[in-house]
Amino acid sequence: MKFLQDFFDKLKPFVEKGGKYEKYHTLYEGHRTIVFAPDLTTGKKGSQVKDAVDLKRMMFTVIIAMIPCLLFGMWNVGHQHFLATGVEAELIDKILIGALKVVPIIIVSYAVGLGVEFVFCVIRQHPVSEGFLVSGLLIPLVMPATIPLWQVALATVFAVVIGKEAFGGTGMNILNVALVARAFLYFAYPTAISGEVWTYLGDAAPVAAYSGATPLAIAASTVGNPGATPVVDLLNDSWSAGIYDFWNMFLGIMPGSIGETSTLMCLIGAAILVLTGVGSWKIIVAVFAGAYSMGLIFNLVGLNEFMLMPAQYHWVVGGLAFGAVFMATDPVTASQTETGKWIYGFLIGLLTVLIRVFNPAYPEGIMLAILLMNVFAPLIDYYVVQANKKRRLQRATV
Amino acid sequence: MSKFVKLKKGFNINLAGKAEEKIGEIQQPETFAVKPTDFQRITRPKLLVEEGASVKAGTPLFFDRLQENVMYTSPVSGEVVEIKRGEKRKLLEIKILADKKIAYEQFTKFTVSEMSSLTKETATELLTKSGVWPNIIQRPFGIIADPTVTPKAIFISAFDTNPLSPDYGILFKGQDQFFQAGIDVLKKFTLGMVHVNINADAEVLPMFAHVKGAEVNKFSGPNPAGNVGIQIHHLDPINKGDVVWTVSPYGVIQIGKLFLEGIYDTSKVIAVCGSEISNPQYYNTYSGANVGRFIDGNLKSDHVRVISGNVLSGEAVGKDGFLGYYASQITVIPEGDKEEFLGWILPTFNKLSFQRAFGLFASTKKEFVLDTNTHGEQRSFVQSGNLEKVLPMDIYVTYLMKAILAEDYDDMEALGIYEVIEEDLALCEFVDVSKNDIQKILRQGLDLIQYS
Repeated sequence: MKFLQDFFDKLKPFVEKGGKYEKYHTLYEGHRTIVFAPDLTTGKKGSQVKDAVDLKRMMFTVIIAMIPCLLFGMWNVGHQHFLATGVEAELIDKILIGALKVVPIIIVSYAVGLGVEFVFCVIRQHPVSEGFLVSGLLIPLVMPATIPLWQVALATVFAVVIGKEAFGGTGMNILNVALVARAFLYFAYPTAISGEVWTYLGDAAPVAAYSGATPLAIAASTVGNPGATPVVDLLNDSWSAGIYDFWNMFLGIMPGSIGETSTLMCLIGAAILVLTGVGSWKIIVAVFAGAYSMGLIFNLVGLNEFMLMPAQYHWVVGGLAFGAVFMATDPVTASQTETGKWIYGFLIGLLTVLIRVFNPAYPEGIMLAILLMNVFAPLIDYYVVQANKKRRLQRATV
Repeated sequence: MSKFVKLKKGFNINLAGKAEEKIGEIQQPETFAVKPTDFQRITRPKLLVEEGASVKAGTPLFFDRLQENVMYTSPVSGEVVEIKRGEKRKLLEIKILADKKIAYEQFTKFTVSEMSSLTKETATELLTKSGVWPNIIQRPFGIIADPTVTPKAIFISAFDTNPLSPDYGILFKGQDQFFQAGIDVLKKFTLGMVHVNINADAEVLPMFAHVKGAEVNKFSGPNPAGNVGIQIHHLDPINKGDVVWTVSPYGVIQIGKLFLEGIYDTSKVIAVCGSEISNPQYYNTYSGANVGRFIDGNLKSDHVRVISGNVLSGEAVGKDGFLGYYASQITVIPEGDKEEFLGWILPTFNKLSFQRAFGLFASTKKEFVLDTNTHGEQRSFVQSGNLEKVLPMDIYVTYLMKAILAEDYDDMEALGIYEVIEEDLALCEFVDVSKNDIQKILRQGLDLIQYS
């Protein structure tokens, strides 16, 4: 590693204060600290030793937790492609097709996002922060495989600039960066991210019975249709046998965004996040509980077949699990108090199901639910912290 | 009413280099120093001695113009050899070349029976002029106590849960009567109670467990359960306008000794410990001792940091530095000023972390050799809930920090800044993923409120 160290040392005079490329100092430090953990030591007074964890390791833990979703997603893109086109294919072919679609999206997301980050680091002279490491992978995972790459790029630029840097960078943003990217596409290019976009067909023609409708679209189709068949029957009777069977949906072998279809893979990711202490188990549990509760309430109300859909189906259709595990737990945009986390998570779950059932145009609710609760998280925290202040004041007067 | 408090939050840091339970023979250091920087709120010190002056143990060296009665006195007898100043002529150290045999200033002596009729005024006068007074710390702010106020209670933590903390059984052996006398004196200063807080998880010295005239409370739990600030929070929390005092057991004993023997006796047992000490054990010395004698020829490696106090709230003093007024241990750990290839992500079994993020596989129970590396750069607050997990108090640390950084006085007050000083949040600083200097920020906040 000596040569790398020498390489950085050689560059150092140019980017130091007074050097020719002084303004690129933050970029230099950013890269050097990725290759080498820095040689900074603690101050003269105060804590003389520090915990081995830092933001880089924490963020990387989240990336590792996403890898099961990513790998499964790649395979699933290929699998759905061959299923829809009626071709028998080997495992390797499926993964290849999937990688061919997914990898470019990841590359674009990282390249564009980091590019924007670097520009801001130089202009604003703040250190390169690790936040985008996670956002850069989250963005591809919530896109359909068919998304045009230029839209990915545009959405990423928007998300990083408006969603994050405008607020002051990592740690300061109000909204989850990856969801801002998705919301941008949803409002700017709705045709590219809704309807029958979830299965990559390529040039091949689909089989005769093929339908690209997702489970949520099928469920939503029963709304306003009094004599409709129960949702579960509709799902079981889909174009490809068993594709929308409950356990098949739990495994995630169905069309959808690249990384979000598999509840099982999300749960594996959740286990990694919770065991490592990086993600809040309270939020994850609360989201699932909130969705289930709202599902039960709708079962009782029972105005249409969507409302009557068994509550546990809400756990496995759409992106609820992915959102709960990887988006809702974003520590910057989530509620930051422990009590607040329960409320925040529960309301996300609740709103998700509410939006699913009542928004016929776009039946996925998790994105809007999380964004909405991102906005309300500071308010929840405000009241939790206010309660703490009140306890202190009451104590003073007793 | 004695209380039993069980604390769950916190984190024990198990470091290598624990002092062996014996007192080593050593020639006393040649120089001793008093450092005005050890004391909070000394803003305008007035020197009373010049270089070359000869002093006895208990001879005033300086006082603070804001608290003219409180003398800071020499810990040993000898000659003032150097008055070290820093930027803007800030007074840093008053060094004294010690005599072989310590001569003491003689103060009024009391017998145990005379002590009961002692008035608060006489006690104050004796304490302030002898140099013992700075043992009494006043909260909020953690400053030297103001002799003109009456605290609502006095708190003494009779155990230390910090890393490599010295064994009180060795530190205070045979000092029982002085501790009791010290308590008797302190009782005169408050209308409330004197609390002695003992460790429920370990054997307790009889001088603490059977102390008379004080409330004995039991605390159980991991570090920082032994910090007096945490104990106050659970016994009789500090509200706006309240004043409480805290004294370390060493301080109480010193007070007792002053009244029973009439001298300012700064002799103390200290632990010399840490992973880089080849022979970690206890030594007899005096307050403000030069650390050189204890570490010369006693180091495993050369590139080390010498800390007066513990690794969480101590101060790096250098190989030729001096023991702090309040310190009873010298900790020596390796410096960590080296880069580590991919050190931020490579899996390891040797790094201590409160968290279990990817690759940090070490069990937190085993003994660790920790260096001074920060393991990462400073960032904005990102992870939430972590700081609160190691602080057994009903305080939202992150919010308090943000209030301080925003200089929001109302919020600082409402969020409980009066209840904490640096040492209470030391563990928060250790575990912080974003590597913020929590203790430094807290002091900024305390200063803002205090001086505005």
